[in-house]
Amino acid sequence: MSEHDHDHTPITNAEEPAAAARAGALEQLLVEKGVLRPEEIRAGIDWLVSRTPADGARLVARAWVDPEFKRRLLADARSAALELGLDPGPSPVVVALENAETVHHMVVCTLCSCYPRALLGPPPAWYNSLPYRSRAVSDPRGVLAEFGLEIGDDVQLRVLDSTADIRYLVIPRRPPGTEELSEDQLAALVTRDCMIGVAQPAAPALA
Amino acid sequence: MRYRVGEPVTVAARAHGGHHRTPSYIKGKPGRIERVHASFRNPEARAYGEDGLPEMPLYLVSFARSDLWPDASAGRGHRVYVDVFEHWLEEAK
Repeated sequence: MSEHDHDHTPITNAEEPAAAARAGALEQLLVEKGVLRPEEIRAGIDWLVSRTPADGARLVARAWVDPEFKRRLLADARSAALELGLDPGPSPVVVALENAETVHHMVVCTLCSCYPRALLGPPPAWYNSLPYRSRAVSDPRGVLAEFGLEIGDDVQLRVLDSTADIRYLVIPRRPPGTEELSEDQLAALVTRDCMIGVAQPAAPALA
Repeated sequence: MRYRVGEPVTVAARAHGGHHRTPSYIKGKPGRIERVHASFRNPEARAYGEDGLPEMPLYLVSFARSDLWPDASAGRGHRVYVDVFEHWLEEAK
């Protein structure tokens, strides 16, 4: 491989799992064929790892304190994100789904790993796993129970299978006992899993 | 747009040899139009480097658990909402 004879340890993929090796081979091919330049791949990775669920949490917290903003968020989440100066990502349509006492939403991509990365950051490994992707649509109550979330018989459960260009974000219910909290304090309660719909935000424990 | 919100539809049961975004568990199943999203380039062509034009209408279609998995043990139901391109939808049977 190398034509010079340095004695440093070669950089290899020996410890990488098969998927990483496949991704590396794909990357090499895309570059060789002139589809992408290495700096474009790096820029894409940099963008992805710079995203965090904090942006999605800001949308939720604002919706909790501002009913007019919530109305705009439910009508067009992409525009609502731009209104707060957030990057809604490349998807032309972002849909926010509001949980209520009688309705619970959760999101899956059964085909691959579609996810609102711009607003939530990289998806957790379980989101891309086959067990979650298959069971979320066939046995969502069982899946939610494993996440510690019991959904009552009187609650309509809606599972969103994100199969195309649309990205979905769940607006969880505001927990009781948070009336005195500021918008920033509220945002801190909203985790990534709440916005996928597999968790419910909890009020901070009393000091 | 061929379908309206609230309209019953059936997902085409056909096989497709190549990349497509219609999951097999909804093929041939009855559903209901919940939203008309917009039109998007066809992923079945885009996956192979083509432009995917003309854009195809994309709908949010909901399905009852009992229609998707009729053999599932009785119990609390749920609905599954899936984004489906118009050329995969047919009139309700």
